[in-house]
Amino acid sequence: MINKVVKNAHDALLGVEDGMTFMLGGFGLCGIPENCISELVRLEVKNLTCISNNAGVDDFGLGLLLKKHQIKKMVSSYVGENDEFERQMLSGELDVELIPQGTLAERCRATGAGIPAFYTPAGYGTEVAEGKETREFNGKMYVLELAFNPQFAFVKAWKGDTAGNLIFKGTARNFNPMMAMAGKITVVEVEELVEAGELDPNQIHTPGIFVQRIFQGSNYEKRIEQLTVTPKS
Amino acid sequence: MALSKEQIAQRIAQELQDKWYVNLGIGIPTLVANYIPKNIDIDFQSENGLLGMGSFPIEGEEDADLINAGKQTVTILKGGSLFDSAMSFAMIRGQHVQLTVLGAMEVSQNGDIANWKIPGKMVKGMGGAMDLVASAENIIVAMMHTNKAGESKILKSCSLPLTGVNCVKKVVTNLAVLEIKNNAFYLIERAPGVSVEEIKAATEGTLIVEGEIPEMKF
Repeated sequence: MINKVVKNAHDALLGVEDGMTFMLGGFGLCGIPENCISELVRLEVKNLTCISNNAGVDDFGLGLLLKKHQIKKMVSSYVGENDEFERQMLSGELDVELIPQGTLAERCRATGAGIPAFYTPAGYGTEVAEGKETREFNGKMYVLELAFNPQFAFVKAWKGDTAGNLIFKGTARNFNPMMAMAGKITVVEVEELVEAGELDPNQIHTPGIFVQRIFQGSNYEKRIEQLTVTPKS
Repeated sequence: MALSKEQIAQRIAQELQDKWYVNLGIGIPTLVANYIPKNIDIDFQSENGLLGMGSFPIEGEEDADLINAGKQTVTILKGGSLFDSAMSFAMIRGQHVQLTVLGAMEVSQNGDIANWKIPGKMVKGMGGAMDLVASAENIIVAMMHTNKAGESKILKSCSLPLTGVNCVKKVVTNLAVLEIKNNAFYLIERAPGVSVEEIKAATEGTLIVEGEIPEMKF
């Protein structure tokens, strides 16, 4: 099997430069590539375009990059829970493209699947559809949406093997599998890296063909954004 | 008496039908899960990639890798399943989810809904709401009839940026149950003790009142 393993986040991010477009997996703080984000902060790369469903919170996730003004443009579906983000957006420092969540997911999938564009009903008749081609199919109106073109995709998986095969856990899967397909260079950090052959091929969520670099992550914080519990009775 | 948020959720729960897959939005819609009628089977879909969503975990058993679309820690029921975001919205766009319940800042009498942006003030994003309202067969909006200043949110046409057009068919507010058809709001039920006159006064859009309007029952 082709070996995709790199030593650490430093080696995994070789080639990352100012002005690039990245995809980053995760929904809220669930399933975000924590190690890759830390390394991007350390590298101090700037003028980034980040495609990610959310923008982290003030002191975690993509919020860390926002605080250091490394992001020029965010492409997201929901950006609440982040005061610094809102400040930068309303003051015009940060360019923001908000797109429907399902459209975002499908644009990521299309990118990796060799599909340049597709029609979706989401956003028809709203400002999201302004300037876009629309078309009627079977009496209903649809909006033409395009694939992305990211240089890197940063993905977090639960388990991965040396061949780049991935398994996700719980709702930490979210955007990670589509983004893994979409990166020109897809970098994956995993909680547990095993030898090829140790994962059951029937249980693989993302086949290794989509992965260029994989490394064993460390020091996962896995912060909970909204802790809601049922009290012990 | 106008309904509490819990009572709005309780009234919406009466609309649930056996064997429906249901997506609940953030806020009042989330509370609907507390009032599922006993004799029916309902599965909740959370668009971040979870079918068969259960209640909040018992204290100490929370899992950072298991959240709902509101980023709250949740549980998964026996027989539940997990999937990615593209699969999740395939379920939604492909109309495999029978009912969407969501909140709104404004609705209009042609079924438009606005709930994601107040220009210059609040821009949090639409999340999955635009995909949900563009595709769902049944959409119920849970909302307050008026804003804090007492102005109607049940309008002739929305003033805020739209989330979707011609899509809402039913609205449950703290004052009334309304159906949207023929470019008007039809008054179906009143909150207990709330008069038709009070509802008329709180409704900016065209309100049709046909015959005796019953009170909601709980």
